[in-house]
Amino acid sequence: MPHLQGQPLDLGRLVAQVTSPQRGGIACFLGVVRNHHGGRQVDRLEYSAYAPMAEGECARIAAEATARWDVAVALEHRVGALAVGDAAVAIAAAASHRDAAFEACRFIIEEVKRRVPIWKREYYADGSVAWVDPTAPAGIQAAMPDAAARSG
Amino acid sequence: MPVSAVTTVTVRALLFAGYADALGREVVTVTVPAPATVGSVVAHLRALPGGDRLPPRPLCAVNLAHARFDLGVTEGDEVAILPPLAGG
Repeated sequence: MPHLQGQPLDLGRLVAQVTSPQRGGIACFLGVVRNHHGGRQVDRLEYSAYAPMAEGECARIAAEATARWDVAVALEHRVGALAVGDAAVAIAAAASHRDAAFEACRFIIEEVKRRVPIWKREYYADGSVAWVDPTAPAGIQAAMPDAAARSG
Repeated sequence: MPVSAVTTVTVRALLFAGYADALGREVVTVTVPAPATVGSVVAHLRALPGGDRLPPRPLCAVNLAHARFDLGVTEGDEVAILPPLAGG
C-alpha cells in the first residue's frame, strides 16, 4: 500500500489494517488542514513530494517503529490539492497495551515531519501564495517570484 | 603512464517547491570537477540564474537517501536539493 495518497485519507481503513485480536490499544493521529497560518487566512493548499524518496522514508519510519515497539502501524500522507478540514496525514498504531501504541504513533508523526520530503504551498484569502517553511520565523518562505506575481 | 580517465562528474540534480521556482526548473544536469561532493553540486546550482535564492547549505539527498553536505557523488547520481520539509 503506497504511503502517499492522491485521494482522501480514510483513517478507518488504516485502523482496519493494524487491528488484530491480540492488540488491545490503537492510537491514531489525524493531521488536518487548518484555516490559518501566521495570522493569515488559508483557503486551500497543495502538497507536493519527492515521491520515491518520500515512500522510502515512510517505509523506513514504519519499520523503525515496529522494530522499537511491538506494534502494527499504518501511515498515509496526502499529496495534491486539499481544502480546509481535509486530512493531510493519518497514522494508526496498534499494540497489546496503550503505552506502546501512543509512543509509536507520536514517534511516527514526529519523524514524518523531520524526514519525509513533502512540501506545502498555501493559498491565502488575500490571493497570495507561499511555500511553507517551518524553519522560518514566520513559518512562510520568502516570497518567490510566482507568488509575488499571483498576489499582485 | 596512467591517465586519469574521469576528470568530471555529471549528476542529475532535482529541485523542488520554492527551489524549483527560484531556478525555473525541476531538473538540472550538473557537471562538476572530480572528486565531487553534494556541496560542490550545490555550489554549482547556486551560481546559476536564480540560484542565489538557495541557501548555502540546503537539506540534500543522494539516490533517495538524506545525505551529508560532504558526501561524495559519482557519475549518474541523483542529487536532490530539498527545501525545508513541510509534511505532516
